[in-house]
Amino acid sequence: MFSHLPLLSILIWLPVVGAVLALMTGGDKNAKFSRSIAVIISVINLLLCIPLYLNFDTSSYAMQFQENALWIRVYKIHYAVGVDGISLAMIILTNFTGLLVILAGCQAIKVRIAQYMATFLTMQGMMIGVFAATDAILFYVFWEGMLIPMYLSIGMWGSSNRSYASIKFFLYTFLGSILMLIALLYLYNLTGTFEIQKFYGLSNLSLHIQELLFFAFFLAFAVKVPMWPVHTWLPDAHTEAPSGGSVVLAALMLKLGIYGFLRFSMPIVPLACQQLAWFMITLSLIAIVYIGLVAIVQTDMKKLIAYSSIAHMGFATLGCFMIYDIYKHSIAVQDAYMSLEGAVIQMIAHAFGSGAMFLGVGMLADRFFNHSRLIKDYGGIATTMPIFAAFFMLFAMSNIGLPGTAGFVGEFMVIMSAFQAHFWVALIAATTLILAASYTLWMYKRVFFGPVANEYVAEFEDITWLEKTNYILLAVGVFFLGLYPKPVLDVLHVTVGHILALSLPGVAAI
Amino acid sequence: MNFAMPIFSVALPEIFMLCMITLALLTDVFLPARLRLVTYILVQATVVITFFMSISQFFNYPSPIITFSGNYIIDKLSMLLKIFVCLISFFVFAYSREYIQARKIAFGEYYVLGLLAVLGMLIMCSAYSFLTIYLGLELLSLALYAMVAMQKDSSQATEAAMKYFVMGALASGLLLYGISMVYGATGSIQILEIANREGLSSTQQMVELFGLVFILVGLLFKFGAVPFHMWVPDVYQGASTNMTLFIASAPKIAAFGITIRILVEAMPNLQIQWEHVLIVVAVLSMFFGNLLAIAQTNLKRMLAYSSIAHIGYMLLGIIAGPNSAEGYSAAIFYVATYTIVAAGAFAIIAILSKKGLEFDQLNDYRGLNARNPWLAFMMLLLMFSMAGIPPTVGFFAKLGLLEALVEAHLVWLAALALLFAIVGAYYYLRMVMLMYFEEPAEGLDESRFTVSPNMLAVTTVNGLFVLVFGLFPSSLIDMCRVSFA
Repeated sequence: MFSHLPLLSILIWLPVVGAVLALMTGGDKNAKFSRSIAVIISVINLLLCIPLYLNFDTSSYAMQFQENALWIRVYKIHYAVGVDGISLAMIILTNFTGLLVILAGCQAIKVRIAQYMATFLTMQGMMIGVFAATDAILFYVFWEGMLIPMYLSIGMWGSSNRSYASIKFFLYTFLGSILMLIALLYLYNLTGTFEIQKFYGLSNLSLHIQELLFFAFFLAFAVKVPMWPVHTWLPDAHTEAPSGGSVVLAALMLKLGIYGFLRFSMPIVPLACQQLAWFMITLSLIAIVYIGLVAIVQTDMKKLIAYSSIAHMGFATLGCFMIYDIYKHSIAVQDAYMSLEGAVIQMIAHAFGSGAMFLGVGMLADRFFNHSRLIKDYGGIATTMPIFAAFFMLFAMSNIGLPGTAGFVGEFMVIMSAFQAHFWVALIAATTLILAASYTLWMYKRVFFGPVANEYVAEFEDITWLEKTNYILLAVGVFFLGLYPKPVLDVLHVTVGHILALSLPGVAAI
Repeated sequence: MNFAMPIFSVALPEIFMLCMITLALLTDVFLPARLRLVTYILVQATVVITFFMSISQFFNYPSPIITFSGNYIIDKLSMLLKIFVCLISFFVFAYSREYIQARKIAFGEYYVLGLLAVLGMLIMCSAYSFLTIYLGLELLSLALYAMVAMQKDSSQATEAAMKYFVMGALASGLLLYGISMVYGATGSIQILEIANREGLSSTQQMVELFGLVFILVGLLFKFGAVPFHMWVPDVYQGASTNMTLFIASAPKIAAFGITIRILVEAMPNLQIQWEHVLIVVAVLSMFFGNLLAIAQTNLKRMLAYSSIAHIGYMLLGIIAGPNSAEGYSAAIFYVATYTIVAAGAFAIIAILSKKGLEFDQLNDYRGLNARNPWLAFMMLLLMFSMAGIPPTVGFFAKLGLLEALVEAHLVWLAALALLFAIVGAYYYLRMVMLMYFEEPAEGLDESRFTVSPNMLAVTTVNGLFVLVFGLFPSSLIDMCRVSFA
């Protein structure tokens, strides 16, 4: 019954319609209505992912659930959406996270509730749009349009330094994206279309042009990931954003960068990617080691998790750009597969781990009288909030990469395959296991163990049923991905093979 | 010399408007003061009818007609420009009503003069010789000078009027001087004849080039592009907001029309020359406009600098035009959408300026979202559109320009334009920040944030235009495109 419905369009626009409905409920006196509208819409959206998943053909790399309509005649821009394995996984993740932040917002947000719900619903719709778009301009419209709700959410519900952080976030990402727009227009002038698939494997791109295009895309996606040295917006944005905003940033927005590398850079400019892989690998390793060290010395919990996110994303970019070396050193394509799949799994796993930790910090800060996020203000949470402490431990372990949790799978796959090519690269990457353990566990020790720090902490009440629901959902995700990642890998496998075939000339898709 | 009877029917919009101006003037004289609203209705009806006349002409005249002894042209471009001029003038007149009533500015005179200015713009859109171009331009300018000066009790407005008049007269003088040189070189003032002339001696070519320089300076003065922009911030800030609204919107479209006529249609063989001048001017305008706007604390002044920057962007389309398919149409799309957006932004200032107090400091907008969320949302849309962020119409305006630039192998210029767009984004975002992120300023009368339903409706239409045409821009782009087919 779902096969005739334009499922993707519904997924994209239903939240936007929901946002308008939520806004129409008016001021805070009707908060209940806007909350229920938001929750209902996001639950429907998540449920709609089920037919999307069930009807998805995992044996094909072609775009599925395609919709296509001419949008702007002059430039042949189409409203074209479709999903392959990677975007399907990301869309489901987006809807999952969308529900989480709406639920978290129901409790944590006390002012301008309707606007909050509308902002986050719009953001959810736009992000699904980014993952679903198969037309370059449509992609760009969603990509940029998403900045508006994110900007508003940081600025309107953020903490004291929010104006600075929100403008920095906006300008930074805007600066990154503009060169991508020019690159897209350049490709349009070569091919006469904005269809992304038509940009793949262009034969008339010289290496020099490819390198220029690579850097245009690189700037856009590296800012989003974010890669060292263009990561400086992230700690500010994360720290000042409301916890819902931080979760969306960490769980989804950072993934857009990796998604961009996979969708644009690697298939469109394969030669340049191969030539410049060393550059990307170096930056990834710097992110893993240097940013990991920076995370250790943070005094603000949110900043710590933000830096840890950058380090984890370093793994994902490493996994993406190691494939060239792996392929050169071992003829077995399996290792390249593993590397790329590891990168995607790492994206998803990180969403659960860091999303949950950001939510947790939000829960703590909401309970503290001045919403402090400083580690030194806390201590002994384990005695006052035992259930919360247990949950948080699980997510901390996932962040470290403990076997059995989500965090382990991706890191393991990336390191394993890296060993096939470069012992030293793999060794440096593996230091993350030590670094992540040190910053996460040290923070956990200071915040949760020891004597109760002060009278405010002593009065903390354990998490409410709503917060428990959120955490149970996330815990299920963490274990599912950690113990039985096969369903996800099945969805990814063929698509990853297609990307490999496009980016490694000479590899036949398996 | 033969005398051919001009085809009056093609000039119906102008003729109709002239008759209505006379009628409105007479009615206004003989009506008692309490029935002044009749003048307003009459004027608005004229604008609306002219609007529909232009639309019907747009679809009924497929090929250009040149008449009135070669002084007047009706083609897709002129009709499209007229449609935009009427549309925007309608909004401007609607926005101004409450503002000028509250300030006791002469009501009837304002609207009659305003209609004269619109007539001037219509003539500019259809002008096909330097004579009609100049005629339309002066009709527009003289009406505007008088209108700026109408707020007699405000020294700021008087100063602005004086500046506007002196600068405007200077620009007109330069333009006229340039025209006379071109006439001297080519022996004609008609666009078609200048374009088709052949076998000019090198001296004649030199004189024509000199003429072009003066004409360019005159036009850029009128546009307010760097380095001829000095008057813009002062006049925008000093003039009463309803006048700023007027100056900043429709005249830009008419000026665009005559620019196309002179540069593209009359002097295509001097293209290399004017293109290089325009590149320099466009880059300077984008740079200084965006940069100086950051330093402003007065919203009207900030928008004035932003308009300088936007003129720079619009010029990009004319620069890319000769070497790309969609350059000119992108420029006209840009200028049309920008003027509508700018009109909306100035209108919100005018609407919130009540009880004789101007509401034009950036700080006045602190916490507007808490006071009047709808108006704040409209302002947000307008600001994001000016910054060129999708899904607002401003994005597609910029996209068209960039596409044309890339097609014309001016990738570096496209990159530069976007770089300045980021500088520009900062002050638009700051405006949003003030409205949404800051707490409302204390001590302001709450009642000033309630807006009459009429004004709210007009603002809503204007604001949603930005969003609707941001989501479905295709038809509007197509209309702009056929104008240059």
